[in-house]
Amino acid sequence: MGFFTDTSVCIGCKACEVACKEWNAVPEDGLEFTGMSYDNTQGLGADTWRHVAFIEQSKPIGQNETGVDHGAADQGAAAGAGGMRWLMASDVCKHCTHAACLDVCPTGSLFRTEFGTVVVQEDICNGCGYCVPACPYGVIDQRKGDGRAWKCTLCYDRIGVGQEPACAKACPTDSIQFGPLDELRERAAMRVDQLHGLGVEDARLYGQDPDDGVGGDGAFFLLLDEPEVYGLPPDPVVTTRDLPSMWRHAGVAAAALLGGLATVFAAHGREGGAR
Amino acid sequence: MSSSEVGKEGVRGERPGREAQIGKGLRGRGRRRGGRGEKAMVPEAEFTSYYGKPILNPPVWKSLDIAGYFFLGGLAGAGSVLAAGAQLTGRTAAARALKISSLAAIGGSTAALVHDLGRPERFYNMLRVMKPTSPMSVGSWLLAAYGPAAGAAAALEVTGLLPRLGRAATAGAAVLGPAVAAYTAVLAADTAVPAWHEAHRELPFVFVGSAAAAAAGMALVAAPVRENAPMRTAAVFGAGLELAAAAVLERRAGLAAEPYRRGRAGAYMRAGEVLSAAGTAGCVLLGGRSRAAAALSGAALLASSACTRFGVFHAGVQSAEDPKYTVVPQRERLAARGPGPTREP
Ligand code: SF4
Ligand code: SF4
Repeated sequence: MGFFTDTSVCIGCKACEVACKEWNAVPEDGLEFTGMSYDNTQGLGADTWRHVAFIEQSKPIGQNETGVDHGAADQGAAAGAGGMRWLMASDVCKHCTHAACLDVCPTGSLFRTEFGTVVVQEDICNGCGYCVPACPYGVIDQRKGDGRAWKCTLCYDRIGVGQEPACAKACPTDSIQFGPLDELRERAAMRVDQLHGLGVEDARLYGQDPDDGVGGDGAFFLLLDEPEVYGLPPDPVVTTRDLPSMWRHAGVAAAALLGGLATVFAAHGREGGAR
Repeated sequence: MSSSEVGKEGVRGERPGREAQIGKGLRGRGRRRGGRGEKAMVPEAEFTSYYGKPILNPPVWKSLDIAGYFFLGGLAGAGSVLAAGAQLTGRTAAARALKISSLAAIGGSTAALVHDLGRPERFYNMLRVMKPTSPMSVGSWLLAAYGPAAGAAAALEVTGLLPRLGRAATAGAAVLGPAVAAYTAVLAADTAVPAWHEAHRELPFVFVGSAAAAAAGMALVAAPVRENAPMRTAAVFGAGLELAAAAVLERRAGLAAEPYRRGRAGAYMRAGEVLSAAGTAGCVLLGGRSRAAAALSGAALLASSACTRFGVFHAGVQSAEDPKYTVVPQRERLAARGPGPTREP
């Protein structure tokens, strides 16, 4: 099970952020005026499990033109005056198929659920913080004053009893859709075709490909610009993909240390000996 | 131009280190504005980001704890090898000193690691599982094996009890020691942090070289001159390995190597190089004659090793905090691969 977030219909209402906080009892983490458009949560972290990004661009969308009747309301994200547009996107933990956070967790507190999602068991997490730099998307984080790592659980408690996650439930435009991944992928592909047909050439899917560096995301997106515009990495790779090579190099290095120092002593011989 | 441009300018103005622009793709962009006065070591980074915010969540580790952990683990591990060598070749004072320093260092490094945990009282959860995909899990088990060996080696040396068991413990610690010194490099590299991950081939060699230099330094500080000839050679070996591996790293890691030369990380790395050169030269030239010169050179080598670890640590943090180091290499990778699935027409 997973999420498909169609950012082309997101209206930036932040209902998902609020619903997530409410349902999961996520603590308040400060209300700031950031100057980053309408974004006052800034990014994902221990206390922000859904984050709505606001991007202001001077770029027209699709066939929209200023002063023209927007009959095709279907074209999604609003195009304002002067060819300026807002991109809004509700970001979340990607529930990677190959999840680095889960791989590196030394306590086994991060685990994969029967729904294919990635969840932290808060009573086992010992706060080592390893998952934080391991996540290629910058999702999971350590909560100050608590020490444990927190992130989106894809509402494990809700989907366990047949409910959809709080964010998807609250989303008024169905920008956040929840369901079986292959069904979502199909729907997403159709939506991209539709947008391309409407002249929104920039529309593309992100994280839907099971062959990408993380084996595909359990939460994928329809974006209207490059991923990095939204604060997403363009080509994330699960860090443990290179782990065999890392262990090999470390093994050789350890052997070099042992062998090197043994050679040193062999060359010098006993005290008072050679040299 | 809509009024929203003002907001964008304001944001850009607030983050002077940033050249990132909102909503402008890579293609068709002009050259980056100059005037920063910094000589670029790598091709100009042209990229877009979300208000200059980092893409990764930077490590939450405290530098003193984790860089200290790297340093002390290396000192302990390489120290055990030197102790075994010294014992086998009849350098008893050096062997004894190194066994004690290894025990103290591994104790200190374990304390630093536990101190860094968000919930140190839950340390035992580390030993719930054994996960080869988690270098921290592997490390915990490695420490669980090495710590007692190093402890027994030191305790039996000091008390003079059970000499045969003492020799076995010394040998055991010497075999496990290099693993303790090397695995911490994997611990750092197995993250999405660009400066660490991109350096995953060279980092273990930087770490073991630095560890050998530190342990040799400790021996020079603690052992009499007549016993320190191999320690001086070990210092040359360690410093040379560290220097060579760092040079390869800086050449191979591309943009991700840049943080090693900048800011706090750059300062630590440079200090490490200077101290390493001074310590090595000092011990080679004077360490065989003067006890004071040997001790001073040894101290410089120890300090150099610590600086390198802090440099590596901060390079990682710096590279995680700037989205450039995440976006640009990934963009280049995508471009090299040609039109891929994320680039549908
Ligand atoms: S996005 Fe990050 S936190 Fe979420 S599953 Fe993937 S690696 Fe883990
Ligand atoms: S699935 Fe639940 S926890 Fe995750 S973002 Fe949505 S509401 Fe929040």
